[in-house]
Amino acid sequence: MTEPLLSVRDLTKHFPVTKGLLRRQVGAVKAVDGVSFEVRKGETLGLVGESGCGKTTTGRLITRLLEPTGGRIVFEGVDITHVKQGRMRPLRRDMQMIFQDPYSSLNPRHTVGTIVGAPFRIQNVKTESGIKKAVQDLLELVGLNPEHYNRYPHEFSGGQRQRIGIARTLALKPKLIIADEPVSALDVSIQAQVVNLLEDLQGELDLTYVVIAHDLSVVRHISDRVAVMYLGKIVELAERKALYDSPMHPYTNALLAAVPVPDPRKRADRDRIRLTGDVPSPINPPPACRFHTRCWKAQDICKTQEPPLEALASGHLVACHFPENAPDKPAGVGAHPAEERATT
Amino acid sequence: MTAPLDVTGTAAEAQPEAVLQGVGAKAIQGRSLGQIAWTRLKRDKVAIAGAVIVVLLVLVAALAERPFGGLIALFGDDPNVPNQDAIDPLTSAPLAPWGGISLEHPLGLEPVNGRDIFARILSGAQISLLVAFLATLLSVIIGTLMGVLAGYFGGWIDTIISRLMDMFLAFPLLLFAIAIVGAMPDRAFGLSGNGLRIGVIVFIIGFFSWPYIARIVRGQTLSLKEREFVDAARSLGATNGHIIFKEVLPNLVAPILVYSTLLIPTNILFEAALSFLGVGVAEPQASWGGMLTRAVDYYQSAPHFMIIPGLAIFITVMAFNLLGDGLRDALDPRNR
Repeated sequence: MTEPLLSVRDLTKHFPVTKGLLRRQVGAVKAVDGVSFEVRKGETLGLVGESGCGKTTTGRLITRLLEPTGGRIVFEGVDITHVKQGRMRPLRRDMQMIFQDPYSSLNPRHTVGTIVGAPFRIQNVKTESGIKKAVQDLLELVGLNPEHYNRYPHEFSGGQRQRIGIARTLALKPKLIIADEPVSALDVSIQAQVVNLLEDLQGELDLTYVVIAHDLSVVRHISDRVAVMYLGKIVELAERKALYDSPMHPYTNALLAAVPVPDPRKRADRDRIRLTGDVPSPINPPPACRFHTRCWKAQDICKTQEPPLEALASGHLVACHFPENAPDKPAGVGAHPAEERATT
Repeated sequence: MTAPLDVTGTAAEAQPEAVLQGVGAKAIQGRSLGQIAWTRLKRDKVAIAGAVIVVLLVLVAALAERPFGGLIALFGDDPNVPNQDAIDPLTSAPLAPWGGISLEHPLGLEPVNGRDIFARILSGAQISLLVAFLATLLSVIIGTLMGVLAGYFGGWIDTIISRLMDMFLAFPLLLFAIAIVGAMPDRAFGLSGNGLRIGVIVFIIGFFSWPYIARIVRGQTLSLKEREFVDAARSLGATNGHIIFKEVLPNLVAPILVYSTLLIPTNILFEAALSFLGVGVAEPQASWGGMLTRAVDYYQSAPHFMIIPGLAIFITVMAFNLLGDGLRDALDPRNR
């Protein structure tokens, strides 16, 4: 296997919680707490999880918009974990970010030309036939009218705005693109357009994506591999098909069971898992397995011993003492009492 | 499991831009937020009335004396030349009825020394607007700088600047102004007489009213720096300087413009108050506040002398406030 484009080891980010006049630290929000994964060249890694599980923070740590508390980020063989912003600048050409909210990611005071041309100016990149031509080519690439060069962001719809943002991201021909909820602020009909655009561009420009999303269907459509996060940790990481067809972590099961089914007849004969309670606070996460407070399979060991993220059959990584659909575990351990599982 | 969203569908290939492609035959020129605000402002009759008065006042003040125009010379006498013959020595009021208002003296004559009030109002307008504009400019420069620094960098810089603002706002400004003008030497910093006094007044007003601008700028910067376009610029490798000047400041122009327009009348009033208290510009240079002080003693025999400068201040402050309110509505950041 070739060397991964991006490799993340035990990445942590703790936001200090301060109190009083002297800003004494009384605790920390453990937003990301020991996340490890690798992204291979040309693939798409999906990062899913519910709100507040640390997926956006992970994206911002990789692009160094936030300073990591611990761990290691290696991009193209270079350790960028604590590189100074000045030395980070040339590296940023190869690593770009697509933002979630197209209404806030474009400066309302700038024209489309200025916004999409900003990467050239900031990075001081010379283009063959001028910035204007380069910007118009980019606009065409993402399916916008190059004549819109002099328009302002407020004159565009959400989907068009997101295309403008994508054009800006592509300007410097990056190798890795971190897409932070690229479609969640868009209408469902527009989501498909943008997702397809991202896929087309990947083929055309040989891009590698890390797609952060909470929508399992979007991730399923675009990803090659999927990582599921819960409370700052990755609980399961597998090939897309393996993860969606035979999810092993109970949390992944619950997430997949929560996806709405459009066919009411199919809906009737499907098991539904209802998670009870709220996500625990990341300031004081549960010890050992973080999911044990809401898990219907939790045993004593889950409260005392943290399950490592281990490879099971066919490279399926899961952090659970009692994984489901696990062929290489004794069946009796993995089974769960049926009455604890709510069915409809 | 079925996905609620069929992203592979052919309908997804439809490009809404295709419709616009046809229209795009002629060059498309976008409308900036400034242009939109201007069309919105034009519809606001009250604000336009205020703007017209403000423009007229500025023109009149600029053209009042030579070398630019000499409006005073055209319509009246020199503002500083007494005309004792027209004054009743017993009452000190002008001899002619209605305070001496005539074609020759459109706003009448001053009691005691009979100077032409119209000329003095114009001359006073110069002082009022000059002091107000310069003081506002000074406080906008300091306020914007401090506000952006505090809001953008946060942390201990924000703490220091915010406490500094609290101190400046708690400062007994009027007493300080009276004290400093009273204790001031006749010449300093290469200036003397009224030049020095105007300089000191501008400095006092401007230097102590920057926290009002800084507070607004700080708050706006705090909210702007959380917007994703700032993150986008940073992820492109932009420096703090680039982000402050190219991304944040253009978004601050509207609130700064609105609050400067609303700060100008406050400063006009403050200058008038200082002149009224005798620590503004000194006689014989005319100023609206100074005229009011002198009018106090003659309000029974020459009421016009009190009404006219009072009206001048009232109309000016009103016009600036109407314009400022209109600008605020037109530039409202919520309507973008």
